[in-house]
Amino acid sequence: MARLKVNGRVHEVDAPEDSWLLYVLRNDLGLNGPKYGCGMDQCGACTVTIGGSAVRSCVTKLSEVGDKEVVTVEGLGTLDKPSKLQQAFIDEQAAQCGYCVPGMIMKAKALLDFDPKPTEAKVRSALNENLCRCGAHNRIVRAVLRASREA
Amino acid sequence: MNAPTHLSRRGLLKAGGFIALGFSLAGPEVFAQQAGNPALLGDLRQFPRISSWLRINADKSVTLLVGKVELGQGILTAVVQLCADELDVDIRRISVLSGDTALVPNEGTTAGSFSMPNCGTAVRQVSAEARALLVGLAAQKLGVDAGVLRVADGAVIAPDGRSTSYWDLVTGKELEVEATGKAPMKVAGERRYIGRDVPRLDIPAKVVGAPIYVQDHRPAGMVHGRVVRPPSARARLASLDTAAVEAMPGVIKVVRDGSFIGVVAKREEQALAAASKLSQAAKWDVKGGGPTSETIYDWLQTAPAKDIPIKDQKRTDAKPVAASLERVYRRPYQMHGSIGPSAAVATFAADGGSVAIQTHSQSVFETSEAIRKMLGLAEGKVRCQHMQGSGCYGHNGADDVAADAALLARAVPGTPVRVQWSRRDEHRYEPYGSAMVMKAKADLDADGNVLDWTFDLWSSSHGVRPSGNPGNLLAAHYLEKPFAQPTPVNGGGPNYAADRNAIALYEFPGHKVTTHFVAEMPVRSSSTRGLGAYANIFAIESFIDELAAMAKADPVEYRLRFLKDARARDVVTKAAERFGWATWQRKEGHGRGFAFARYKNLAAYTAIAMEVRVDRSTGEIRVLRAVAANDSGEIVSPDGVANQIEGGLIQSLSWTLKEGVRFDAEGAVSSGDWESYPILTFEEVPAIEVVHVNRPGAPFLGTGEASQGPAGAALANAVADACGARLRDLPFTPARVMAGLKA
Repeated sequence: MARLKVNGRVHEVDAPEDSWLLYVLRNDLGLNGPKYGCGMDQCGACTVTIGGSAVRSCVTKLSEVGDKEVVTVEGLGTLDKPSKLQQAFIDEQAAQCGYCVPGMIMKAKALLDFDPKPTEAKVRSALNENLCRCGAHNRIVRAVLRASREA
Repeated sequence: MNAPTHLSRRGLLKAGGFIALGFSLAGPEVFAQQAGNPALLGDLRQFPRISSWLRINADKSVTLLVGKVELGQGILTAVVQLCADELDVDIRRISVLSGDTALVPNEGTTAGSFSMPNCGTAVRQVSAEARALLVGLAAQKLGVDAGVLRVADGAVIAPDGRSTSYWDLVTGKELEVEATGKAPMKVAGERRYIGRDVPRLDIPAKVVGAPIYVQDHRPAGMVHGRVVRPPSARARLASLDTAAVEAMPGVIKVVRDGSFIGVVAKREEQALAAASKLSQAAKWDVKGGGPTSETIYDWLQTAPAKDIPIKDQKRTDAKPVAASLERVYRRPYQMHGSIGPSAAVATFAADGGSVAIQTHSQSVFETSEAIRKMLGLAEGKVRCQHMQGSGCYGHNGADDVAADAALLARAVPGTPVRVQWSRRDEHRYEPYGSAMVMKAKADLDADGNVLDWTFDLWSSSHGVRPSGNPGNLLAAHYLEKPFAQPTPVNGGGPNYAADRNAIALYEFPGHKVTTHFVAEMPVRSSSTRGLGAYANIFAIESFIDELAAMAKADPVEYRLRFLKDARARDVVTKAAERFGWATWQRKEGHGRGFAFARYKNLAAYTAIAMEVRVDRSTGEIRVLRAVAANDSGEIVSPDGVANQIEGGLIQSLSWTLKEGVRFDAEGAVSSGDWESYPILTFEEVPAIEVVHVNRPGAPFLGTGEASQGPAGAALANAVADACGARLRDLPFTPARVMAGLKA
């Protein structure tokens, strides 16, 4: 049994210590925000924050998390009450298929927590390693800047 | 159809920004297949019964049933807009059920930018038909003339204030009648939703992590499957000892059927570990001697081909030829490259006689039929239910993983099995967009105007979708009793396939176009956004720029010399105006490029102007900004159109700048991840402006594939303008730019 703090709650997880965090979050805790995209730290679809820093959960072992809190998009807001950042993605219609979006949001969350008023260039730089195939990039950048502005 | 279902949630959308997670299974709809009432539009002609498309529910909601599916293009939001306006109900009352083979009209494949023309048009008309029918029933009930009644959010109100409602009027089989084609549709001033930006219905769920993708679908008791693919597609299994894998923790089953091998395990990590060990245990016979990613272009031009003349217009004047130009352009195999690798969940009935599959297939009906035949099940025993996946941009691994899941689930009847392809699976085994060679030749008069235009293209297939044939499913090639890949055929006009957009829309005195279709596929290739349109438009629009340069003419002015279609001229003019073409000031290292196409020569008109900067010391291209003017007919969702045009443009820049699949003579693909097959990133994406040319009252033309071709060509032309390097081989890597600068 491993103890894992996720989105404000502590869970007892019956998973091997060397399990990838992504599969624990998805399969053991039933979360959907972190997505499987590549499993090799190349695309960012699985991004969560751990202790406030953006981390790729597909290459993070359960045992590496320790006492720090893991946050996924489910921890930011809900359908009825999305966070400002999530609402900004809705307002900017910042998605096509949306598969990369939870990873984008968590990467942006870590950026905005560290630098609440980033320039557009900083937003692009922060998101540069997160891949989007639909071409929603400019909308995503606008969403992050909107969230920064409206915070 | 009585396949079992284990659904706790599905891709059912409800307007108002939340998903309806539960649903009840109604009995299968029986659709009357009619020769067709010519007054019915789009797919309504094939499925004329109103109840095939619409349900008016006792809980004061409306259910819209459509065969087209959401791929991230926003189609379900657009059809809800159409329904809400024509039916006269608040948009929040409408939920959509799409892509369930047991419940919805078979609208074929969601592809080809046909969803608005065929499904959108049908939904609009059937909603108007339902409204007229319901108003007629209300008139009888209230004892007044139908003409005096008005409808407000489903309430039907008489001038004296008495009223009834849709929910009161529909108590049984009222909608089980055929549409007449006579119901009036609304004009612009009467609409609330059409032509306005309605927020996409599925985005809220996507930003909060609500379960909306097939990857999120976890029925109770679900286990995890993985398939182990050979090192190259032509390889076959030589030997395999499964004992060690069978003994691994969590492994429920090792499946071997000929050269098809896979595992089923309790936990996902266990399935991954078992698949890894199975891969190490498998010995394969590989088969070399095929073309490589370097030799493919010569191979295409020498392989047995069917030569298909698609246009042969002889010049009738006797003007002398003053000059000629011939150029060859090349496109490598390119990937769909979905960010989420393909996945499916399959559950076999305990008796093994039927299977239900949750899939992100674009062609649920034809895929279910192909899988049924692969499994040897009786008719109607495979039910496919669409759930969203990652964007696919054509025929990616969606159908193949559905077949994989069915084969693994067959080994554990009664247990839902999810198969998730790995990144390497998707990169190496999705059916790519075909490599192509295009040769353009022009004879010119003394002013540099085209007298004779000759265009030849060589390509393998752009369409091996399942189509009800198991030979089109990847796994079926490897079974003990394999199904052979059917010989591909090239789709003909008016849409065309390899030769889509190979006929230039310009009016030249002589115009000859020949398709050289190579049926053999050294690497499996299938429908990728735009099919041949991207490469053909790249070649045509690059060549016309080369001709303009020879004629010392402005590229926009030169195009307009031969472009007679008024709507085409309109988008060309508007893109040039908004870009500031006439007043553009050259800066060091900068260049501008222009391109135009009408997708399929019968759908959306798109013109793109682009500015780039080229670093002569490194060969790096930076795209600075792009303006796209687009005419998709009447616009239902302006932001939806903009999103498609922007997205297509960015994806095309990625193809054009970076992408080409690498493979060796055995067909082994070395482009197995995002490092070996990189795509465009945030810092490389330019500012994009979309100029809408709306045509209220005109037919919907579709938008999803409109900007790919012009974007690639505008980039080629801008690079040539910036540095003099005319790049004819895709992609435009820094090495190719440097070579072009030296040429």
